[in-house]
Amino acid sequence: MVKIPSSELTPEPVYLSRRAFLGGAGALSAAALLAACGTERFVSGTTTAGPGATAGLTDELGDPANSLDQITNYNNYYEFTTDKEGVARLAKGFTTSPWEVSVGGLVAQPRTFGFEDLLALEQEERIYRLRCVEAWSMVIPWLGFPLSRLLALVEPRPEAKFVRFETVYRPEEMPGQRDRHYPWPYVEGLRLDEAMHDLAIVATGIYGHALTPQNGAPLRLVVPWKYGFKSIKAIVKIDLVETMPVSLWMALAPMEYGFYANVNPDVTHPRWSQASERRIGTRARRPTLPFNGYAEQVAPLYAGMDLRQHY
Amino acid sequence: MPSAVHPLSLIPLGLLLGEAALGLLSVNPIQDLILRTGKAGLVLLLLTLACTPLKRLTGWKWLLALRKPLGLYSFLYVSLHLVAFAVIDFGLDLALISQAIAEKRYVLAGMASFSLLLPLALTSTKAAQRRLGRWWRPLHRLIYPAALLAALHYLWLAKVPREPLIFLAILGGLLALRLPWWRIR
Ligand code: HEM
Repeated sequence: MVKIPSSELTPEPVYLSRRAFLGGAGALSAAALLAACGTERFVSGTTTAGPGATAGLTDELGDPANSLDQITNYNNYYEFTTDKEGVARLAKGFTTSPWEVSVGGLVAQPRTFGFEDLLALEQEERIYRLRCVEAWSMVIPWLGFPLSRLLALVEPRPEAKFVRFETVYRPEEMPGQRDRHYPWPYVEGLRLDEAMHDLAIVATGIYGHALTPQNGAPLRLVVPWKYGFKSIKAIVKIDLVETMPVSLWMALAPMEYGFYANVNPDVTHPRWSQASERRIGTRARRPTLPFNGYAEQVAPLYAGMDLRQHY
Repeated sequence: MPSAVHPLSLIPLGLLLGEAALGLLSVNPIQDLILRTGKAGLVLLLLTLACTPLKRLTGWKWLLALRKPLGLYSFLYVSLHLVAFAVIDFGLDLALISQAIAEKRYVLAGMASFSLLLPLALTSTKAAQRRLGRWWRPLHRLIYPAALLAALHYLWLAKVPREPLIFLAILGGLLALRLPWWRIR
């Protein structure tokens, strides 16, 4: 059902006017949105915004959202290629339907969800900053639902302390997965309280449309206070576990990638200084904010922890 | 043949400027500029070092005449690389730049490499060669540590070490061919 060639995607100015048309409702039914996309483009032609414009859409700090063009053409997705501009082309046509996600491990009600089951959950828009460990960032209007809602459906047992996520392993469609340098499939993890935090979402769309394959279709994690690599894409498996999962990057370079990977200008990565960042679409560097600007909401999760130790 | 070195060395710059003019760079053009000038600088530096061993292999004398232009073109790209880093990316913000140098060993290695290449570029003229006399050759051996530092710079900044290791291996081979017992006469 959700296999949308990029040519059918509504450009974001159209989306913006549609969004205005809908009265800026915070929570929209994804079913309605996805039904609308690909079949008709109502209000198209009524927009006056030029290509790439994101008139009015900002994050809560007032910074404008990046354009769909920027968001869909500069991707770190090593399952396809390490070339950020090459991902879009290689990911085109990636099969995202049918899609199932099994949620299990230390839970009372293990379940396999079809992607449609997850779309039936109420979808809402979240405009988040995405900060890559390579010291660039974007502002992205995601569509999705809090991860906590999904986890509640399977009823985590008291022994569950961490959540482990796994990306689909499909080397025939993902050429980067044929590269044996990496211990595929991609794995990421969160502490259970991090996973239950309201800011952590499962994203199913961007600018009100289904995710494009290069952005992690059909569904991905978005944890905005952590470096982008924590926000695992194309998820097929979620397990609640007792011990801290070992992510792909931890396995590959344990000295460089910690489990927490919270955005922190004071903890320097061996390769990139994290003190400042380049916002895509702007020229000047800007200082990096602790927890990517979400400190007020998430710092309490780490009370008493030495964040230099637990990087 | 030797005159082809000029258009060929300028291809990376031409592509970069052309793509920039046509809007074909990525949405992170400053990054493109830094990476592509750095890569061109390193490749040209290795080509510079390849001339002497290749001449010994083939006996083609004209290869030796390529060293100077290749070295200078390498320096051109490395200079653009530094401008992209310090001026375009960091806006000459000295606090941020010195923090980057202090924090990142790869920036330190790059700077060190550049500092060794600078006097070589400045003394590349015939006049300087005459003035320096017998000191000119030992001075220009600085290209060896400069190249090693540049390769280390690349190794330390890359997320995946494969490509930098290939460059290091090639460099190691080029330097080993200069050792007396491997020297092909
Ligand atoms: C002058 C001091 C230098 C500074 C401040 C500097 C800085 C940088 C920076 C910031 C990057 C990008 C790192 C990243 O974003 O991941 C980079 C990449 C690179 N630099 Fe330098 N650099 C310097 C000198 C050099 C020299 C002398 C060479 C070679 C002769 C060189 C070759 C490279 C290469 C090959 C790359 C990687 C390109 C790629 O990944 O495709 N750099 N440098």
